[in-house]
Amino acid sequence: MIRTLLSGDYPRSRFAAAILIAIVLALLLVPFVFPGARSLSVAAKVLVFVLLVASYDLLLGYTGIVSFAHTMFFGIGAYGVAIASTRMGPGWDAIAVGLVLALALSALIAFAIGLFSLRVKAIFFAMITLAVAAAFQTLASQLSEFTGGEDGLSFKVPEVLQPSFELFEDTVLGASIDGRFLTYYLLFFSVLALFLVLLRIVNSPFGRVLQAIRENDFRAEAIGYRTVVFRTVSTVLGALFATLAGALLAIWLRYNGPDTSLSFEIMLDILLIVVIGGMGTMYGAVIGSAIFVLAQSYLQDLMRFVSGALEPVPIAAALFSPDRWLLWLGLLFVLSVYYFPTGIVGRLRARAIARTTR
Amino acid sequence: MKSRASLPYALVVLLALAALPLVGSLPTWATLTVAGLAMGMIVFIIASGLTLVFGLMDVLNFGHGVFIAFGAFVAMSVLAPLGAWTESASLAANLGAIGLAMLAAMAVAAAIGVVFERLIVRPVYGNHLKQILITMGGMIIGEELIKVIWGPQQIPLPLPAALRGAYLVGDAAIEKYRLLAVVVGLAVFVALLFVLERTKIGLLIRAGVQDREMVESLGYRIRRLFVGVFVAGSALAGLGGVMWGLYQQSVVPQMGAQVNILIFIVIIIGGLGSTTGCFVGALLVGLMANYTGFLAPKVALFSNILLMMAILLWRPQGLFPVARR
Repeated sequence: MIRTLLSGDYPRSRFAAAILIAIVLALLLVPFVFPGARSLSVAAKVLVFVLLVASYDLLLGYTGIVSFAHTMFFGIGAYGVAIASTRMGPGWDAIAVGLVLALALSALIAFAIGLFSLRVKAIFFAMITLAVAAAFQTLASQLSEFTGGEDGLSFKVPEVLQPSFELFEDTVLGASIDGRFLTYYLLFFSVLALFLVLLRIVNSPFGRVLQAIRENDFRAEAIGYRTVVFRTVSTVLGALFATLAGALLAIWLRYNGPDTSLSFEIMLDILLIVVIGGMGTMYGAVIGSAIFVLAQSYLQDLMRFVSGALEPVPIAAALFSPDRWLLWLGLLFVLSVYYFPTGIVGRLRARAIARTTR
Repeated sequence: MKSRASLPYALVVLLALAALPLVGSLPTWATLTVAGLAMGMIVFIIASGLTLVFGLMDVLNFGHGVFIAFGAFVAMSVLAPLGAWTESASLAANLGAIGLAMLAAMAVAAAIGVVFERLIVRPVYGNHLKQILITMGGMIIGEELIKVIWGPQQIPLPLPAALRGAYLVGDAAIEKYRLLAVVVGLAVFVALLFVLERTKIGLLIRAGVQDREMVESLGYRIRRLFVGVFVAGSALAGLGGVMWGLYQQSVVPQMGAQVNILIFIVIIIGGLGSTTGCFVGALLVGLMANYTGFLAPKVALFSNILLMMAILLWRPQGLFPVARR
């Protein structure tokens, strides 16, 4: 059964498997073990990022296309749920309508961009997505009566998911079964299921063709696969999964605005997580997201401490100021592209292979 | 063949003429056209280095915006203590101050270009995927370093006294600084064309764009040539950064990333690697931005994207396609 669930694509490294099991167990048990608002939102953020980064890995790691518009699709999903819930009032129907419309819009835009730019030259795609994403961000803040502009939209979710909702009066195993609890598990099982679907996609014959295109598009075309079609389908799929991730984020936060889902910094976070976790491995998305989101919270604390200690040295204190954490992430990013191109999972797999062949 | 090749030039004139009836009044149109040309010239100065580097070495530098931002910030630091020169009414003193700022900005941008080429770009020649990722990383680091040195806030960069305000030609107001931008832009364009078309180095660069291996096999060190082009491109971006900063009258660390999108659109429109295409593309973008900004401000935010899509539908390789290996 596990074989079917994982589509025959195991972590292929005992150490990586152990980390993965630990992460999944931790995420599963967070509401019982660490029942606090902060730990729960950190865990929810990890979940959303797992799906978002895995969908990006389909593009970057498996198809070899660099897109800078992934947050646009993420944002479309989040705005879809937010706008529908504001207009139609809280309810499952609002979420469903918003989600379907968002998915349709994402598929349409991804299809258009793909046809437009993948036809010409793959490198066009990176530049054009950058431009389109910037335009979309402007659009979202301009249409303020619709999107709430820079302020964003706060909205209500269906009653079952509201924090005030209590399923039982008593706590179960130390956790109160309230709306947040249910929302968290909605996120957990959605992400788990969607991740397994993604794993299924990349291990299907279709996924193999994508990898062939990544390795050598000319040869793939020569064998008889229309690379434009495969690249475009991959772009659309990646966009759809990103839209779903956005919708989950909106449901969790009960809010959406340009900074939470559309900002370019999230795009950089995605890039960083994919590279650090391991491009073209899917599991890298899980490990990368968990490490990254944890580091994001604690790295800034550490930097605040170091910066405080370096107060007398003017430039050094500025270098380590917690606001400059992106500087260090950028350095980490460049260094990992150089020395660590296969990421954590790739490195662990290589080690496992080296051990068995010795 | 000749008429086909000159078609894109006619596009600039056509766009300007098509806008005339829409704008309605001749003086307003003249003001907008000069403003558009000036903006186009500045964008051209910034983008020329990027398109040269791509054409010659097939390297797409997502970090090009860093040189722009550094150029503008250095100029700001140079102009700040020269208050006596910039506030004096004499045009010569003003231009002297700007000239100094430009020289400093170009020197700093060139120096950063050397480091950038050595550390960021050189290890990833021939691998587009890694190039995009790593130059993007370089861009983040550069932007954060600017914040470390100058702080994260927006800093005003006022125009020197004699360049403020506008000349009145008939009823048309022509801003003085925009005239300067047109002059500088034309000078850079002519100089670039001269170097590329009339000198030995230009011949080698053009040959390298066409067929790198052939030039290498003739005994020229194309790598050294490339470093030269990269550094020159960075210096041009620094110069463009000064012009852009004065045009916006303020500098902000994120300006590199903002301008990046604009110059990508320009070099896609022009045809990746083509200098003339870059020039025409920049003028089109500048004119389009100013006309739509006047006619339909909401549309103006997306005018560049719409322009790019229209051009790509017509010529998928850009206005001046460069023969590729």
